Amino acid sequence: METTQTLDPPAAGAAPAAERDPAITPKISDPVLEILGLSLWYGDTQALDDITLEVPAKRITAFIGPSGCGKSTLLRCVNRLNDLIDSVRITGDIRFEDGSIYDPAIDINALRKRIGMVFQKSNPFPKSIYENVAYGLRIQGIKKRSVLDEAVEKSLRSAALWDEVKDRLNESALGMSGGQQQRLCIARAIAVEPEVILFDEPCSALDPRATAKIEELMLDLKERYTQVIVTHNMQQASRISDYTAFLYLGRLIEYGETEQLFIRPQKKQTEDYITGRFG
Amino acid sequence: MRGRTPAQRTEALGHALTWLCGGALALNLLLVVFLLGLLAWHGLGYFWQRPLVAVELADGARLLGEVHHREAGRPADDDGGQPVPDRIQLKVGNRDVTGADFVWLEEPGIAARSRPAEAVLLERLEWGHFYGFLRELRDGDRLLAAGDEAVWRELPVLHRDKLALRERIHELESGPIGRINYRLEQLRLATRRVELEAPPPAERERRLAEIAADAAAAEADYAALAEELFALRDELMREVVVAETAAGRSQQIAVGSIVRALRPNAMGAGDKLGLYLSRVWEFVSEDPRESNTEGGIFPAIFGTVLMVFLMSLAVVPLGVLAALYLREYARQGALVRAVRIAVNNLAGVPSIVFGVFGLGFFVYLVGGTIDRLFYPEALPTPTYGTGGILWAALTLALLTVPVVIVATEEGLAAVPRVVREGSLALGATKLETVWRVVLPAAAPGILTGMILAMARAAGEVAPLMIVGMVKLAPSLPIDALPPFLHLERKFMHLGFHIYDVGFQSPNVEATKPLVFATALLLIAIVTVMNLVAIALRNHLRRKYAGSAV
Repeated sequence: METTQTLDPPAAGAAPAAERDPAITPKISDPVLEILGLSLWYGDTQALDDITLEVPAKRITAFIGPSGCGKSTLLRCVNRLNDLIDSVRITGDIRFEDGSIYDPAIDINALRKRIGMVFQKSNPFPKSIYENVAYGLRIQGIKKRSVLDEAVEKSLRSAALWDEVKDRLNESALGMSGGQQQRLCIARAIAVEPEVILFDEPCSALDPRATAKIEELMLDLKERYTQVIVTHNMQQASRISDYTAFLYLGRLIEYGETEQLFIRPQKKQTEDYITGRFG
Repeated sequence: MRGRTPAQRTEALGHALTWLCGGALALNLLLVVFLLGLLAWHGLGYFWQRPLVAVELADGARLLGEVHHREAGRPADDDGGQPVPDRIQLKVGNRDVTGADFVWLEEPGIAARSRPAEAVLLERLEWGHFYGFLRELRDGDRLLAAGDEAVWRELPVLHRDKLALRERIHELESGPIGRINYRLEQLRLATRRVELEAPPPAERERRLAEIAADAAAAEADYAALAEELFALRDELMREVVVAETAAGRSQQIAVGSIVRALRPNAMGAGDKLGLYLSRVWEFVSEDPRESNTEGGIFPAIFGTVLMVFLMSLAVVPLGVLAALYLREYARQGALVRAVRIAVNNLAGVPSIVFGVFGLGFFVYLVGGTIDRLFYPEALPTPTYGTGGILWAALTLALLTVPVVIVATEEGLAAVPRVVREGSLALGATKLETVWRVVLPAAAPGILTGMILAMARAAGEVAPLMIVGMVKLAPSLPIDALPPFLHLERKFMHLGFHIYDVGFQSPNVEATKPLVFATALLLIAIVTVMNLVAIALRNHLRRKYAGSAV
C-alpha cells in the first residue's frame, strides 16, 4: 500500500466557488463529504484525474458515466476500500465532517463503520439472516442478545425485509432471492448506524421489480442517511437522485442538481451521454 | 469413410473419443470392483466353517481336516511331460502333533473320504485348531464323562464356566494387578528420583523409608492377588478333554484353553451363520493370538483410528494456518510461488524420508530432550525418546500437511473478494474478516483436505515402522491408568498388520485369508472415517450454501 496524499492547494477548497467552473460546482449548503482534487492511479494507469466535488447531507447523489469512467473507483475511495489493492496510489484528499479520511492517524475501521457500503453483487455472508445483520454489531463487541435482537429487527424493518424473513431468521442468507439478498445487505449496512451509505450499482443484477423495491427503500432512507449511488442506469439516477455527477474517462465532466443535469446539461459530452449517443 | 462429409467425420471422431473416455472410466471402476471383490471373496470366506473331511489314503493313513485349496493337474503331453495328478490341500491342524497345519494330497492316493458327524473342531488359545474325535472328559484321575456323545453333552456346560473364569482372570490381571504393577513402577521411579536429587542424608533416609514402606504394602497386596490368580489358573486348567486324532493318537486338551468346540458336519446353515458372525465379531473385537495368526485385530484397529485422529488434530491447525498466511497475508510474488511449489513437492517426497526425519527429529531430539528434562528417573529406559503414537501421528502430519494446505488454499481462493469487502466495509478488521467470514466459508474445502490427509495417513506404513508401530503392543494407548491417554506408547496398525501377517508370519498358508480380511477392514475403516468427514462437510455446505431452505 503506497497511498500518498497531498493537500493540493488549488483544489483544497480555498478558491471561492464562483471562480470555478459552474458546471461542476453546484451550490451545496451542508456538504458531508468533500472530495478535493482526488487523483488515483492503478500502477501506471490513471483512473481518476483531479476530481473535486461535495456530497450534500441527507440527499441522494448519483455518479453516472460509461463503464470504466472511474465512478466505482471514486466511490471506493470514500470508504478507503481501494487501500486493499497493492498498486493503488492516491493524491488529493477526501474530507468527511471536517477531518481527512486519509489522515494517517485515522482509525480506518471506525471510518468504515460510519460510511457503509452496498455492493454491486449482493454479498451476504455464509451465515444466517440474523447473523448477517448482527455482524457489524458483533464485531463492535456487542454480545447482549436483547440489543442484537432489537437492532436486527429495526434494521430489517428499515430495509423493508422484516415481514418476509421474520420467520426464518436462522436460515442461511444464501437461500434468499437476489433482491432480498441485496436488501439484506442494506439492512446489514444500516445496522451499524452509519452516516453515509455508498451504493455501488446495487440493482445491476436485479429484475425491475426488485430494482423498484430498492429504489423505494433508498427514498425512504433519505431522511436519515446521506446516500451516494453509482449507476449506469440513467433512468435510475433521474428517478431517485437529488444531485448527479457525470464522469468520463476519470474526469468529472458535470455535477449538479439532477433535474438540471438531465434537462439542461451544460456540457456537450453530458448531453451526448444522456441522450444515448455514446456510452 | 468415402462419401462422408468433413462434418460427419468430425462427429464420428467425437463419438469415438466419447467411447474412449467412457471406456477408461469403466476400466477404472472395474479395477476397483475387482479389487474389492477379491478382498471380500478371500477375506470374508475365511470366517465360514467348511465341513470336516475324513480321508483314508491308499497306504492306510487316516487324516481329518478341511479342504483348503484344490489344484487341477495336467495330463501327460506328447513331448513326454509326466502327468500331474489333481491335488487337494487339507488343513489338518493339530500343529502340536504333526508340526504343520497343512498337507497336500494327490487325488489318486485317496482311497476313501467321508464326513463323520461326530468329528470335532476345537479352536484353542494355543497351537491352533485341533481336529479329531472326543473320547473322555477328565478331572485329573476322575472320569467325568466317557464316550463321544457323553463328552459332547458335558463339554458346553463346563466350557461356559471356564470362559467366565477366563474373563475373571483377565479382569484380575488388567485391573488390580495392573494397578499394583503401575504403583510399583511409580515407586521404583520415585526411588530413582530421590537418588538423582541427592537430598541431605536425613531427608534421603526418610523419603526412601516412606517409599520402602509403600513398596512393601504393594508387594503384600500383590502376593495376595498373585495367590488368587494362580489358584484361578489352576482351576482353569484342571479339567481336560481327552481326544483322539484321525491317526488314533490320544491328546489331552485343557477345557480352559478351548475357544470354541464345534461339530461342523452336524451344523445346519443357521448354526453356521451364527458361527460366522461370532467369528467376524471376534476378529474385530479381540486381541490377536499365536503371533498374530489367530484371534482378532482389535488393537490394530484401535491404533490406526487413534493415530489418524491424533494426526488430524495436528495437521488441520498447522495446514490451515499455513494456508491462511500464504493466501491471505503473504504478499503474492515469486517467493510465495516458490513456497507453494515447494509445498506441493513435499507431497511427493517418499514417505520413508519423513519416517527417517520423524525418527531423527521427533523421537531422538524432541523425545530425548523431554526424557532428560521430565523423566530423568526412568533413564536409560526412554519414555518419549522412543517411537510412540504421538511421534507417529506428528510424522504423518508432516507427510500430509501439503494436502491440507493445498485444499485449504483452494477453499480460501473460492471465497469471493466481494464477501471479504462486505465485511471490511462494515468496519471489521482483516483478522475479524478472516476469522468470522472467510474461514467458515472455506470450511468445506478444509474438510476436503482433512479427508484426503486421513485417507493417506490410514494407509501409510513405511514411515511408521521406524517411529513407533510394532507387531504386537502389550497395551492400548488408552487405558484406565493415569494419565489415561498414553501418547508415548507403541501401537499396532492395520497396514503393518497386513504386512506382518502376510509376509512375516511363521504360518503364511494359514494367515493368507487374514491378509485379505485385514485389508478389507482397513478399507472399510478408511471409508467410514471419510464418510463421517464427508457428512460433516455436507452439513457445513448446507448450512452455508442455503440449499436447505
